[in-house]
Formats: sequence, structure tokens, C-alpha cells
Amino acid sequence: MMLEVKNLTKYYDISGGLMSRLSAGLKLLKAVDHIGFSVPEGKTFGLVGESGCGKSTTARLITRLIPATEGEVFFQGRDILRLPKREMRELRRHVQMIFQDPYASLNPRMRIIEVVGRPLSHFQGLKGRKRRDRAAELLDLVGLRPEQLDRYPHEFSGGQRQRIGIARALAAGPKLIIADEPVSSLDVSVQAQVLNLLKKLQRELKLSLIFISHDLNVVGYLADIVAVMYAGKIMEIAPVAQIFNAPLNPYTKALLASNPTVGSYMETVRSPLKGEVPLPVNPPSGCRLEPRCPIRVDRCKTIEPMLEEKRTLHRVACHEV
Amino acid sequence: MSQETLTPAVLTVTEKGVSTSRFVDALRVIARNRLALLGLFIVSVGIFAAILAPWISTHDPYEINIAGRLQAPSAQHWLGTDFLGRDTYSRIVFGARTAFIIAAGAVFLGALFGVPLGAIAGFRGRWIDSTIMRFMDAIMAFPGRLLAIALVASAGGGFTSLFIALGLGAIPSNARIVRSAVLAQKEREYVEAARMSGESDFGILFLQVLPNCLSPLLVRLSLEFAHAILAESSLSFLGLGLPPPTPSWGLMLKEVTPFLQLQPLAAFFPGLTISLIILGFNLLGDGLRDIFDPRQYER
Repeated sequence: MMLEVKNLTKYYDISGGLMSRLSAGLKLLKAVDHIGFSVPEGKTFGLVGESGCGKSTTARLITRLIPATEGEVFFQGRDILRLPKREMRELRRHVQMIFQDPYASLNPRMRIIEVVGRPLSHFQGLKGRKRRDRAAELLDLVGLRPEQLDRYPHEFSGGQRQRIGIARALAAGPKLIIADEPVSSLDVSVQAQVLNLLKKLQRELKLSLIFISHDLNVVGYLADIVAVMYAGKIMEIAPVAQIFNAPLNPYTKALLASNPTVGSYMETVRSPLKGEVPLPVNPPSGCRLEPRCPIRVDRCKTIEPMLEEKRTLHRVACHEV
Repeated sequence: MSQETLTPAVLTVTEKGVSTSRFVDALRVIARNRLALLGLFIVSVGIFAAILAPWISTHDPYEINIAGRLQAPSAQHWLGTDFLGRDTYSRIVFGARTAFIIAAGAVFLGALFGVPLGAIAGFRGRWIDSTIMRFMDAIMAFPGRLLAIALVASAGGGFTSLFIALGLGAIPSNARIVRSAVLAQKEREYVEAARMSGESDFGILFLQVLPNCLSPLLVRLSLEFAHAILAESSLSFLGLGLPPPTPSWGLMLKEVTPFLQLQPLAAFFPGLTISLIILGFNLLGDGLRDIFDPRQYER
């Protein structure tokens, strides 16, 4: 396994000041609540879910951009969350990230040579001419022209910027890349190009990829294994074909049913789930989906379903499956 | 044909002006803003006068000629003479040197301490932030001019104590401006990206975040420059700044006030100079604010 996540948890204390804490008690936003999964070497792990379900938080916990409340993240046998600061910086060579917003994730005051070159100097120890040559190679690899090295980010389009973001991630020489909604802010026509680029790079460089998206189609296109998240919990993990052809969890089924596909316009207008995704603030002890679930039973309210292997390689958190 | 009309403005920026495009944008906004241009002009004249003082002055600013005191402007003395018969024009030109050196020193000192303190406070947050900013509040609690008067009165006049007195008062406002800019920037994704690229905290703050905080700071510094010039003049006017016979605008004003009835023009020109320079810096500062206003950039 390239990466193993166990019991990963992030709670935010949103009680406010002392007074409201005393009167209303502790308010915890359980953004990510004891989740676990593993990413095999050279495979793409897709993480899907609606906005606010904890996908991006998960990415930032794994890379330690934000501190976890609890849990372990093993990368090649070492627990990332407990590495000393210095070793953590070193480890980022192997675990890189592609960010969601290609406009915010590039420093507007830095030329591309610096954007791509800084990880080259930090992780590869390259300087001067060698650094420049390698940066040019990387630009070429992601489909940009080496002459563009001296430009500033504002001179590029969204798709090009995301390519720069990919080049920056590759510059470190990683084994695992976490792509946090890398195409969701791009035009559909550009999305396809960037997805194809990611797929090609993943195959050629034998990368492991964690691909985060709210778009099932996009995940279906790239991922080997898919995990479905809902309100800070993983509801279902299975190989991509099983998720799409034989989903077990009612939430996955609802997601698939509301997924627009060509020719099925009439059937997909209505989502089988009523209401909104709740924010997991002091969630009830039972299943997170219970209030909206079409197949709920009494114990769903009180007993939380665990992820269990209901079929080969297919794990689901639901009492009624 | 339509391409002909489009290319000049758009293409020079994207294709050719690789590194200068932002600077060119800035110049373009200044050029559109007539008042800012006027401010830039006045300030430039002041700076040139300060640098070229020995070459553009007509007399020795210290040369006393009692016989020719308090003269009106003439071909010999363009702006007349003061109560000791010294050439007012030459003293104003050399006074620019005094004013700009002290203002530059004070602004530099204010930035030297204010910028890093504010940057660290904003970036680290928590108790470091509270400690630094409470300290800044303590300095700010004194009215700036009063603080300067107290410092100069206890340490004596002269260049060094003026730098310190005026610079110290400028530290907190710089710290505040930088702190709030850093607070806004540090949540942006490029900071996370820099961390992923192996950048240290120091590198993130000073190489990545701070360059993005310069716009509001630059506006602030240009206004502080005006403030420092005015403060130096008023301290000198009160006799707390530079000692005579230093050519200082405030001092010149003070020296001729007893003779206002005899020769009002002797006070008029130094006063006019101070007003014009302050006006120039304020116009320039307002112009810079327009340039750096993000809404202007979106266009």
C-alpha cells in the first residue's frame, strides 16, 4: 500500500466564546470523522461527495496542511501525522498536491520559473541552469512551452494555470499526488484536457493518485477505487465498476441517480433524497444519512453503521444492506 | 482591420511586456489620473531639488548679508531674502534636502521595524500577534506629534533624534497595515502550495506573502512621507527640530515670523513650499491607492 489512512478525524470547535460555551455547551463540527481507506501503489483513488462533506479537509489532513484531531496516516509504513516538522518537509517530496483554484494557488508575484523551480531547489537540490532545464522539461511534460517560464501567472488561462500547478507538483518528484477538485473550476472543454493529462502522467510516471471531486463522471473516468463521503463519513468504498453498476449504500444510489447523463434527462430531474446535506455539528449518534434516508429503520437513529465488507472488496456503511 | 485596432493595447502586455506589464499598467492608471500625475510632478521636482541643490541654487544658503535683508523677489534674489539677507530660493532648495533626508530616514525607520513586526504578528497569530500589537497600541496611544516633541525635547534636536522621533511614531501604523494585508493573504491557496513545495515559514512569509502586501504599504508610505516632512517643519518651527542655521522650511518660517509686517513674502515662500510638497505627496498617495485598488485591476 502506498498510503493507509486510519481513524482520520478533524473536529472544529465552533462553540464561540466562553459565554455561549457555558450556555449552549460544546459545539463540535465533525468535518472528518474517523475515516479510513488505503491507496494501492500506482492506482487512482477517487473520493466523491457533495460540497462540505470533508473531501478537501481530508486532503489537507493527509498532507498536514492542517493538523488532525486524531488518527494515523501511514505513508510507506511511516505515520505522517507524527513526523517532526523537519522530516515532514522532507516527506512532502513524496506526497504532493494539486489545488482546486488555479487562480488562487499560484502566487501572482512569482514567475513560472520560480513556481516550478522552488520545489526543484528544495527537493532536488537543483540550481541555476540545471534547475531551469528541468523546469522547462516539466512545462513540456504538462503541455506548455518552455519559453513561458518567464511569464507571470496572470498571463495564463485557467487550464494553463492548472497545468502549471501540475508541473509544480511533479517538480518535487512525488510518488503520491493528491488532486483536490483539480478541474472543478475549469470550463468543461478544458476539464477533459486536464483530466487526460493527469491520466497520462499517472500511467507514465507510475504515480499513485488521490482524486477528489464532486463530479461522479470525472471520478469514474479516472479512478480505480472510489470512496463516497457524506457529512464527514465514508459511506461506501469499492472498485469503480461496482460503485457504478452495483452501488449498495442508499446515498451512493442517490448520487448516481442524480448524476446527469446524456439521454436520461427525464429520469434525473428529481433527486431521490429530500432536503440538504446537513453540517455535521454535534451529529446524532446514529447514521449520518438517517434523516434523509429512504430505507431507514429504527436502529439507524441510534447505532452508527460501520464500514463492512459486504461483497469482495466492497465495503459499505449501512445496516440495511 | 479589427485586429489592427485591438492589438496595441492588449498584445504589448501579454506578448512582450513580460516583466513590466504590472508596472506599465500602473503608469497607465497614473496617466489617466491627472491629479496623481500632478502629485508625481510636484514630488519629482522636490526630489530633484534635493539631489541637485548645490547646482541649482543661486547663492550659498548660509551667506549672510545684513545690508540686503528682507528684500522682495528680484532678479538677484528670485524669492527675496530673509532677516539675515540670506537668499530664500537657495535656502528652500537646500531645505528640500533637509526635509527629504529626514522624511526618508523616518519612513525607512518606520518601515524597517513596522513591516517585519506586522508581518510576523499577522502570520503567526495567537499570543505573538497579541503581544506585538498591544505594544503597537501602546505607542499609538500617544499622539504622534506629542511623542516626537517629548523625544526631541529629552534627547535634543538634530538629524538623528528627529529620525528616531518621527520614525518611532510611524512603526505602529506600518505594522497594522502589513498585519492586515498578511492576514488576508495567508489564507490563500498559494501559501499552502508554497508549503507543499517545501518552503519554510520564513520563506513563505518573506518571499511569498510579503511581496503581495506591498500595495497598501506603498500607499501608506507615500502619505507617511508627507507626514514626516510636515512634522519636521512643525518641530523646527517650534524650535524643537533642527538648530539654526540649518536650511529647514519650518525653521525658515519661524525665523521670519517676527518680520511679517516688514516683508510678508519672506514667510510666504517657505510656507507655500511646505504646502505644495504635502499636497503633492497626498495627491500621489491617493493616486497610488487608485492604482492598487483591486477593482481597478479587474478591468
